[in-house]
Amino acid sequence: MATEATGGGLEFHPMDQFVVKPLFGGAEVHWWTPTNVTLWLALTALASIALLVLGTRGRAVVPNRAQSVAEMAYGLVHKMIEDIAGKDGLQYFPYVLTLFMFICFGNMLGLVPTAFTVTSHIAVTGVLAMAVFIGVTVIGFVKNGSHFLELFWIKSAPLAVRPILAVIEVISYFVRPLSLSIRLAGNMIAGHAVIKVFAGFAAIAAVAPVAIVAVVGMYAFEVLVAFVQAYVFTILTCVYLKDALHPSH
Amino acid sequence: MEGNIAELGQYIGVGLTAFGMGFAALGVGNVAGNFLAGALRNPSAAAGQTATLFIGMAFAEALGIFSFLVALLLMFAV
Repeated sequence: MATEATGGGLEFHPMDQFVVKPLFGGAEVHWWTPTNVTLWLALTALASIALLVLGTRGRAVVPNRAQSVAEMAYGLVHKMIEDIAGKDGLQYFPYVLTLFMFICFGNMLGLVPTAFTVTSHIAVTGVLAMAVFIGVTVIGFVKNGSHFLELFWIKSAPLAVRPILAVIEVISYFVRPLSLSIRLAGNMIAGHAVIKVFAGFAAIAAVAPVAIVAVVGMYAFEVLVAFVQAYVFTILTCVYLKDALHPSH
Repeated sequence: MEGNIAELGQYIGVGLTAFGMGFAALGVGNVAGNFLAGALRNPSAAAGQTATLFIGMAFAEALGIFSFLVALLLMFAV
């Protein structure tokens, strides 16, 4: 039984998969350069359009598989907003559904072998999170005016602790885009790096069977994480929307 | 011996962030366990609270992710 490391074959760094490369050769990356990020962002957008537009094109009473999935996603997000943000949150439903589909497909397409995970980059998730943060703040001020600041000045608390709570609330408000973006990107980076680390162990004959089983297990777990992280991002967007629409409670 | 003392500290710091991730794992487990304990006492009310479960898990997990971020910054950015 071969117990020594075979070396060779699988020599890579676990973080190599996150490198941004120009698509058509060359080394420099300018803002206009089509890179692998551009490609997979486009594929993500196309995939969600394909599911929602082409999948429901038949408008069948008894839906086929694609239409069932599209209807399930629609129903999930619709119910989420209605339960958390209330009926008046439903006017922002198109944006929230777009967000959910984009993140879900970004995560899922990243799991295709040799694919690039767009949601593993804080540049991508940061834009998504800042869009939610700025949008929610603007909605809060437009809908409630200066009453939106009651979110930080909690009327139900005793007067003495209100300034302390206000400081905590302000900090937790401004850490929102940070935690939203880092949660998504961190989960994606961690999961994909762990898969690659286990794949690296597969080059050592003694632990190869364990490593391959571990890769399969981690991959299945990552499929779950890909969905759960899209769900969590969307649900937190709904929570922030609720704070913007009803800041006093 | 090669390497310098700053690099040593960097790697020790990365190792220490594992504490953060471990305690965040305790927190997430606590959320899930308490949800299950509550759900088994009143299964009919459990379905409506899955959103709360995920929000709680997300908040508990966020702090572990922050320490993971610190580890990544130490490894690749500092």
